[in-house]
This record gives sequence, C-alpha cells and structure tokens, in this order.
Amino acid sequence: MSLFGQGVLEAIRLLLTGDPEVWQITWLSLQVSATATLLSLLLGVPLGAGLALSRFPGRPIVVSLVNTGMGVPPVVVGLFVTILLWRNGVLGALELLYTPTAMVVGQLVIAAPIVTGLTLAAVQQVPEAFRLQLLGLGASRPQMIWVLLREARLPMLAAVMAGFGGVISEVGASMMLGGNIKGSTRVLTTATVLETGKGNFDLAIALSVILLVITFLVNWALSWIQQRRPA
Amino acid sequence: MTARSRVGVWLLLVALLVVPAGPAAAQSGVVIVSTTTSTQDSGLLDVLVPMFERKTGLSLKTISVGTGQALALAARGEADVTLAHAPSVEKKYVEEGKMSNRRLVMYNDFVIIGPAEDPAKVKGVPHAVEALRRIAESQSRFVSRGDKSGTHVLEQGLWTQAGLEPKSAWYIESGQGMGQTLGIANERRAYTLTDRGTYLAFARRIDLPIMVERDRPLLNVYSVMEVNPANGPRVNAAGGKAFAEFMLAPETQAVIRTFGVDKYGQALFVPIAGKKDEDL
Repeated sequence: MSLFGQGVLEAIRLLLTGDPEVWQITWLSLQVSATATLLSLLLGVPLGAGLALSRFPGRPIVVSLVNTGMGVPPVVVGLFVTILLWRNGVLGALELLYTPTAMVVGQLVIAAPIVTGLTLAAVQQVPEAFRLQLLGLGASRPQMIWVLLREARLPMLAAVMAGFGGVISEVGASMMLGGNIKGSTRVLTTATVLETGKGNFDLAIALSVILLVITFLVNWALSWIQQRRPA
Repeated sequence: MTARSRVGVWLLLVALLVVPAGPAAAQSGVVIVSTTTSTQDSGLLDVLVPMFERKTGLSLKTISVGTGQALALAARGEADVTLAHAPSVEKKYVEEGKMSNRRLVMYNDFVIIGPAEDPAKVKGVPHAVEALRRIAESQSRFVSRGDKSGTHVLEQGLWTQAGLEPKSAWYIESGQGMGQTLGIANERRAYTLTDRGTYLAFARRIDLPIMVERDRPLLNVYSVMEVNPANGPRVNAAGGKAFAEFMLAPETQAVIRTFGVDKYGQALFVPIAGKKDEDL
C-alpha cells in the first residue's frame, strides 16, 4: 500500500484506539489556537472597527502596517517573542518561555493583524449612507458601531476563520516558543515536524490528516453559522 | 434556526474557546536542558525524561536544537544544563567559563554513506579523511548539514584535516536536520555523513549503503555540561547539576546501554560515564 494510504489508516487507528498522546496533542493544539483566536478577536475587532470609522493623520500608514502584519511570517513572530520572553529578555521574569501560554502569545501576535485587517475591510464595505442614516435615526455612536458589526458579520466570520486557520497551521512560532516538549507544548504541527525528522512518515501523515480534519470541522461549523439564513 | 439554538451554538463555541490553555507551570522546580536533535530523534529522551522526573520530582524541559544553538542558549543562561556532541566547541565554552564540569556520558558513531555505484571509490577506505579527499577529487555530490550541529562541526573538522575547503556545486548544504539531510542525499544520490542511530532509523527508506565506518575521528561523543549561573539571572544551577548527575548514574547508564536493541537489534549508544576524552 502507498505511504499515504498507510498514513491515513494510521490516523484512523490512532483516533479510534484513543491513543492518549495523540489526543493530548490534538486537544492542546485546539486549546492554544482557539484561545489565541478568541483573544485576537477581543483585540482585533475593536481595533479594526475603530480604524474603519475614524479619520486621523497617519491613518494610511497605520492601515498599511496592519495589512503588512497580516503577512508577517510566523517564524519572525516566534523569534521576536522568544527574545522578549527569554530569561534575559524584557519579560523574562514572567518565565513564560516553553509554556502553552507563550504559544498563545505568539499566535495572538500572528492572528491579531489578520482579524484587525479583515474587520477593517468588513466594516468599511458597509455603505457610508447606511451609517449616516443610523445616526440620523438617533442611534448613539456605540449603537451605530454595534449595528455595523452585525451588518458586517459575514465577512467578520471570514476573519475568524482566517485567524484560526493561520494559527492552527503555523509551526515556526510554536516550535520556538513552546519548544515542542512532549506532554507539555507539543502540538500537531510541531509533532509532524518531529516525526518527519525521525523518519516515522506514516505517523507524520496521520498527524497531518488529524490536523486537516480539525481545521475542516472548525471551518465547517463557522461556515454553517455564516451561511445560515435568518429565521 | 431559532434564537435559542443560536444562543446554544455560541455558548458552545465560547465554552470551547475560553478553556485556559493549561496553567503556566511554576518554573521553580523546572530544569531546562538544551540538547541536540539526535538525542530526541533517537527516542532516548522519551525514555530518560520520565525517569528523571520520577527520581527527582523536578520537571524537565528538553529543548532539542542543533548543538551550536544548544550551547549558545546555555551561554546566555537560557538553559540550566546542556547535553551536546561537539567536543571542540564544548571545550571552547568551558574555557570561556560559560559552562563547567564537562563530563562524558555516552558515544555512538558516525558513518559515511553513499550510492552503491560509489563514484568516488571510497568503499572500505579505513580513514574518513581520505574518503572525503577522494569525494572532493572526484567532485562527487556530498550533502552537508550546514547548520552548526554536532554532526556539521565534526564534518568540518574532517575537511580541515583533509586540507580542503569544500565550496563547489558538488557540495550541497541542506541546513536541515539529519533526517531531512538523509532524504536529500538519497534523492540526489550523494554521499553524506550521518550518525548511526538516525541512519538505522531511516534504513528502510533510503538506499545508500555504509561506505566508511569505525575510524577514531568518527566517534560521536556526548557530554553533559552545567551552565554557569553567572550567565543569566534565572539559571537553575542545582537543577542542572541534578540532571548531569542523573545522566552519569549507573541506573541511567544501564538504560542507555540497552536502548534501541528492541527496535534496531543493536544498541544505539555506548555509555562511558567516568571516562576521559583520552581514554577513547
């Protein structure tokens, strides 16, 4: 049988037999990336909406910076955050390096610009006339922003998917910040790199398949929310 | 969809999202060991780490990187103890006072492998240096790790002894781990230098037989070194020492002696606690 077929079978076997290590790795991947995505929403949605609705000098530069941030390689984020978290670094006293929390921080830095940038685009595509109409009808500014965000919820769910997809699949930052420690900071992507390095290609393929399935399930759930028609 | 089921979906999502990503372990009882990829890729650490944690009650974090990075991290005080395999570089760090108490733990050996056609005619050559000279003369492809790992450092030492500085199209620098490098050598039908453990782990996937082996310069000696607490503000010197002592303890050395027999039919490492470089 082909190597890939073996890998897929191995993935099914690992999941069905409830291999504790694979489940733990899978669960940790989900926890870290979901937490980072949630935090990036808390940060990115207000930032993106604020940027979309405000006009100030230097705004074009800030928008360009956000859009650049959407494409910053995870390995660069990993390196910079690692240096910050080093024992000798600015935040060394927190002793966060090589913990899941450090991975969340790194993934937050990766996801936040993505969510900010896509929220900015989503809110901006709501016609200006609609906004003025809301204010004309007597809506307060917070009320207006809330309605705008509701109006922009479809593209904003796309922002959630892009943010989550960006962090669950990245390996560079997780490797540097977590250290790929067995039972503690090993996630699906870093485990895949390790097993490839060990020559266990079937296990590496199995881990990749699990990662693909999870990413699909999360996006399927989000798409379902996005695409359903209001009752 | 009703408003209630909609709320349910959101609650479910939020419940999934807000689960804390594991508490950041209190790091006082934590020992960080910087080590090389070969100790992790061979699976040896997976056996030794739980043993150490059971014995000492400390929590051990192993950061597996190239030897160059492992030592650089230790020199910055980012690790408490180092297990590495590049004697020349290690001794430099000890001389500089960054590391102390360098003690030999175990060895395995390197082999030169290459395509069966053997274009450089090195099969059975007793000396690795002579083999490399022939590879260079015949301009046969050779894949180097090129990543300052222990393996790379040893390879560079061999080239220096041969009086050569390889820098041509036939000399390929992979910049990757041993596993990936073996894959590249296999695809390009090239020679390469590899530790025997990784070679055995990959033996069923690559088609490059052993050409040169059992030459003294091909010994791959692993040492444990403690990190000088002066390197950084948070070095756990006691924890580092505990790991060093653990690696040299008779019980641990016995585990090392038989490690790999069940999987490869031969042991991957030879324990040598108490020996000196000159004894080998």
